[in-house]
Amino acid sequence: MNNSKVVSSIQEAIQLAGLKDGMTISFHHHLRNGDYVLNMVMEAIANLGVKDLNVNASSVFDVHEPLIGHIKNHVVTGLEADYIGGAVGRAISRGVLEKPVIFRSHGGRPSDIEQGRSPIDVAFVAAPTADTMGNCSGKYGKSACGSLGYAFADAMYAQKVVVITDNLVPYPLADFSISEIYVDYVVQVESIGNPAGIVSGTTKITRDPVGLVMAQYAAKVIEHSGLLKDGMSFQTGAGGASLAAAKYLKDIMLAKGIKGSYGLGGITSYMVDMLRAGCFEALLDVQCFDLGAVESIRTDPRHREVTASHYASPSVRSSAVDSLDVVILGATQIDTDFNVNVHTDSNGYIMGGSGGHSDTAAGAKLAMIIAPLTRARLSIVVDRVLTVSTPGDTIDVLVTQRGIAVNPRQAELKQRLKETGLPIVEIQQLKQIAEELTGAPQPIRLGDRTVANVLYRDGSLLDTVKNVD
Amino acid sequence: MRRSMLFMPGNNAGMLLNADILGADAVILDLEDAVSPAEKDAARILVRNAIKTLHYQCQVCVRINSIDTEFWKRDLEEILPLQPDLIMPPKISSAQDVLTVDAYMTELEQKLGLEAGKAKLIPLIETALGVENAFAIAGSCPRVTAMLLGGEDLTADLQCKRTKEGQEIFYSRSRIVVAARAAGVDCYDTPFTDVNDDEGLRKDAAFAKALGFTGKSAISPRHVADINAAFSPTMADIEYAEEVMETIRLAKEQGKGVVSLRGKMIDAPIVTRARQVLEMAEAMGVRIHE
Amino acid sequence: MSPDMKITKAAAAGTMESSDVYVEIQPAGQISVQIESVVFQQFGRQIDQAVRQVLEEHGVTGASVSLNDKGAVECVIRARVETALKRAEGGEN
Repeated sequence: MNNSKVVSSIQEAIQLAGLKDGMTISFHHHLRNGDYVLNMVMEAIANLGVKDLNVNASSVFDVHEPLIGHIKNHVVTGLEADYIGGAVGRAISRGVLEKPVIFRSHGGRPSDIEQGRSPIDVAFVAAPTADTMGNCSGKYGKSACGSLGYAFADAMYAQKVVVITDNLVPYPLADFSISEIYVDYVVQVESIGNPAGIVSGTTKITRDPVGLVMAQYAAKVIEHSGLLKDGMSFQTGAGGASLAAAKYLKDIMLAKGIKGSYGLGGITSYMVDMLRAGCFEALLDVQCFDLGAVESIRTDPRHREVTASHYASPSVRSSAVDSLDVVILGATQIDTDFNVNVHTDSNGYIMGGSGGHSDTAAGAKLAMIIAPLTRARLSIVVDRVLTVSTPGDTIDVLVTQRGIAVNPRQAELKQRLKETGLPIVEIQQLKQIAEELTGAPQPIRLGDRTVANVLYRDGSLLDTVKNVD
Repeated sequence: MRRSMLFMPGNNAGMLLNADILGADAVILDLEDAVSPAEKDAARILVRNAIKTLHYQCQVCVRINSIDTEFWKRDLEEILPLQPDLIMPPKISSAQDVLTVDAYMTELEQKLGLEAGKAKLIPLIETALGVENAFAIAGSCPRVTAMLLGGEDLTADLQCKRTKEGQEIFYSRSRIVVAARAAGVDCYDTPFTDVNDDEGLRKDAAFAKALGFTGKSAISPRHVADINAAFSPTMADIEYAEEVMETIRLAKEQGKGVVSLRGKMIDAPIVTRARQVLEMAEAMGVRIHE
Repeated sequence: MSPDMKITKAAAAGTMESSDVYVEIQPAGQISVQIESVVFQQFGRQIDQAVRQVLEEHGVTGASVSLNDKGAVECVIRARVETALKRAEGGEN
């Protein structure tokens, strides 16, 4: 065997991989809105005249808008993702794709890939650093993104694997994430992404005073939940209010001398600060959100990369979400049965997806939604969410600036929180408070064509998304 | 109970929606400095509608424009019918200034059939002359229920630099506290203006509390929690106050005249202070055991 | 409340910020209301109703009103329309 897998171009790799009409290709989203790779590969494929492809991307961002053109030209006729941003989402909602999109969660995707329910013919793995045999890592290089957690299942289970890098190093890259044993071809390109879109310099705590009020409530809910003790594990999103909640939680943990076990999920500098301050023993990182997290995963052995399966798969022997105590999550809508929508906006357009929402909610002992009670004259609390992204029986608490609602199935928690003087109300009351302010909205009109199927983490159909006229 | 008073710009629709959930005991909806001259009409109508429909869960104060402008009467005409808890006239330098505002409020109350004297006044003292006349201002009319010290404009008038340490307003602060207490009204401290110095804020608030201020105003919602904490009795304060009340109750039962607690004689000021602490604890929702 | 307000000139009020509305008014022979709103599907009808009510309360019988709404609640919409009306009448400030 030749001692190099490097080929001259993306086009050559596509041809060598034997890509044909009707196959499934895959991408990971660690380069987020800075990613060049999906667009470069799709353009090469279109130039080769290959058609009718199924694209399985762990997430689709606004930078991937050229996908819409490939869909219109029938290069792409199927799309599967855990998250689709507003730019592509809008086109999907308007019906550009004939076949419904398949939405999975971050845990459901690797689960389905590994179980053979979602086979991949060719995986294209964007790698900030790779050696000539395909050992690759996200920790080094000008396009460093830290963890490559979402790419493992693709690399391990695809028929053919193409690594695309802008930092080719001599063999061997000792500190690899994905091993050469899975890789068929390596391509060197000028740039795999725009660093400004890959990781933000720093993720920032919100300055919005309403967000800070909610964050304080969220931290107090955790403080009084009975879960705040040595060994606690914790996950929070990268949204401003969620980060602020983490900061307040850190203050409480330090004041009370509590040492948690691990922080999980997409990791930000705030979680790194908590690790360094002694709030956690370890960080389990499926994705880095900022430069501080990238730096930490590269240098601190307590900060570990985990695969998407290890993070959240429901079909492995155990995943990290199974041991999770507390998760703070967002919502675009939540209904009076605590079902949460993070897929569609108030007019029914696709602008998001589960990500790890339903996985962490299912695993965590305390799954808390934090959201302002109204956004632009719309209540966050509704009778029925437009799309069920996460089932209500896995959500425990809703924190808004005008009150905190506890899922009735958590009667003991509700009683305990009531005794602390926090503003505990029924979720129906929150809806009423919101509608006194906004008025009662007219229901929106949706079409009757299904443009997306939302699969739950176990592969079952959770909900369908209808087209918008 | 009013520990914190939070300034909110009067022409910002989004901020008015959530003015009452930021933890402040009172919000000051501002028609003056936070509103440009071209938007004075818009702000007073917006603030009027907000008070009318949003059912604020905290006390509401409206800062009108000063009496040397063309705006202040129109402000009162729109706002007074809503009967906010407090009207704050700025740049008050004399008792006469207060009486000018009071007279127009009374005229409007009669004209519109409003309850006489219901809306109270909290004059903003922010001139050298205002500081010198503070006692007269505090006692100028029954509507005056408190005074607020405005350090920014005051230092301009004093021709000195406003500093974080606040040496330059030490005399004015003390003067306002003494004048207010002498006249039997409350007094509020000037805002701390650095939103990135939490430690500085806590020091400033603790100092104001030590001087005798009832509470402190804020220009940032981020300052509210620390101000509330500084002006709230601690659990130790509350427990001591309970002990004081229990001791004098027992003394009365036993017909004793003079009693002491922890080696200190309990006199009338101690009892008054204990009562104030317990009233405040109750208003804060602190559960008193037993 | 001023009876029979006459719109004599073009005027505007409000902002394009979130939770606010930008209102423009022009003199016209009769009343017309154009609405652009981020919540048009949910609240278009209520917004139209609120605008017409404010016009009626001020006795306005001729005005062309257009709104660019960023999710303002009703009391804000009413305030901005009233301000624009008074400016168009030349009444305030």
